[in-house]
Amino acid sequence: MKRLENWFENHEPKGRWSWLGSTYEAFHTFAFTPKTVTTSGCHVRDAVDLKRAMITVVIALIPAMLFGMWNIGYQSLHAGFWQNFWFGFIRMLPMIAVSYIVGLVIEFTFAQIRHHQVNEGYLVTGFLIPMIVPVTTPLWQLAIAVAFAVIIGKEVFGGTGMNFMNPALVARAFLFFAYPTRMSGDNVWIANDLWGTDGVVGATPLAELAAGMKPSASALDMFIGTIPGSTCETSVVAILIGAAILLVTGIASWRIMLSVIIGGGLMGLVFNQLPTANCQLSTYFEIPFYYHYLMGGFMFGAVFMATDPVTAAQTNIGKWIYGLLIGIFAVMLRVINPAYPEGMMLSILLMNCFAPLIDHCVVALNIRRRKRR
Amino acid sequence: MNLKKLVIEPLRKANPVTVLVLGICSCLAVTAKLKPALVMGLSVTVVTAFSNLIISLLRKGIPSRIRIIVQLVVVATLVILIDQFLKAFAYDVSKQLSVYVGLIITNCIIMGRLEAFALSHGPVESFFDGLGNGFGYSLILIIVAFFRELFGSGTLLGYQVIPQSFYDAGYQNNGLMILPPMALIIVGIVIWIRDAGRRDVRHET
Repeated sequence: MKRLENWFENHEPKGRWSWLGSTYEAFHTFAFTPKTVTTSGCHVRDAVDLKRAMITVVIALIPAMLFGMWNIGYQSLHAGFWQNFWFGFIRMLPMIAVSYIVGLVIEFTFAQIRHHQVNEGYLVTGFLIPMIVPVTTPLWQLAIAVAFAVIIGKEVFGGTGMNFMNPALVARAFLFFAYPTRMSGDNVWIANDLWGTDGVVGATPLAELAAGMKPSASALDMFIGTIPGSTCETSVVAILIGAAILLVTGIASWRIMLSVIIGGGLMGLVFNQLPTANCQLSTYFEIPFYYHYLMGGFMFGAVFMATDPVTAAQTNIGKWIYGLLIGIFAVMLRVINPAYPEGMMLSILLMNCFAPLIDHCVVALNIRRRKRR
Repeated sequence: MNLKKLVIEPLRKANPVTVLVLGICSCLAVTAKLKPALVMGLSVTVVTAFSNLIISLLRKGIPSRIRIIVQLVVVATLVILIDQFLKAFAYDVSKQLSVYVGLIITNCIIMGRLEAFALSHGPVESFFDGLGNGFGYSLILIIVAFFRELFGSGTLLGYQVIPQSFYDAGYQNNGLMILPPMALIIVGIVIWIRDAGRRDVRHET
């Protein structure tokens, strides 16, 4: 390790290699803490810098990722623990690799062209994207979605920290609208090609409800996560472990998580009260409100997507409004519009667009209130 | 004034869509397929050129307080002629374009050229200016429609371009290309690529 560090210190690109500066800087700071320090002025530095914050989110995602790998195998094979896990691991690995390779190549290219430093934002985005798509998503479609999300969702606005929509959700939304047959329906959620069990299909609880049936899985199954769904967002238990890590370390905002959950529950209760005697979707209106937390990507979105510090509201009151509206819109889209069985993605993207407006209003109201005093 | 320059300049340096950002609405609406985009571009070119010519001939006689009304009457007459012509000779395309032929009246490029050019230039120059701006608009329409039809439907002008073997291997048409937001994104990318090579608009950081 010492030798590698010395190699880095002595091989800073100069002369005709100096155009590689930002790539060098990225690898160097990824591996070691450089010896260069600022020489003038006073600087207040926190131990939790951008790299550390991002890696904490990745650690918080690992329980959900591991459970997701096991669940892919379980849904498809119903075999022993290690066999299930190995099958899921083999299926997830190419998706993670494609997401990171495509995304990082674009990130490095843009950093090089613009003479920026390479930002760490993609570490989390690249981890999130394979976790929120169906396991049967073709790799080339995943690659296009990643490229679209990084270029159109992020780089055109100036890179990490400048994007107004969550890039991982942009990738999912791109897949959802571009290749709808691979993103919804009954036969995309279970890996039944490539030495999986042939012909196994399974509907997600959300799809069953949108079709007017009661979900076939019990609430406990949905809580633990042994149901068909996007690769790593089925298990509420694993997501709650991740949420605990994020909250203890203070990386994510508890206000947003709590308000999303309250908003979704409130809307579920409201739908319970509505008269639905002859309505086609009456089962969807009547399910207990906490079912909305257990199904689909609600908890995953509330914990990992809505709390993205770049795209969420910044003010404390704004965070409450932002979170409540995400929960309300997510449940509303699910229940009222059967064309979109999952409303979480669209409601988070919608509120991402409104977050700056919410902040503006909160700040303006505060200024007015204090002027009156 | 140089007539050739009047026709060439709106294609790149003063393009009505990518530089002046006019006529975006119809650009989103009619570019899902190449054929309606071609017809639309041609129609707008004809209307721009002849309305420029007519207004330029009348420019000394139009009182400036009612000039917008006069311009609208001229443009509306030409648009209705085009609409009837399409209905008579290209009925299926005219059905695809539906209201957007009628909406050429509200196309900002036409009013923009009348106000900015035809009212202060002679008839020949105005005619060529209208032609150039119509071509500039058509060019962007064709570029956008080319990519949207190729990746959205796998066809060009209705002919299958992407071979069946691709579909058998797992290729799928991109459904987002059919939706209007993608037209906006493609126009944005066209502007991006064009501006990337231009010194005068580049912001050095």
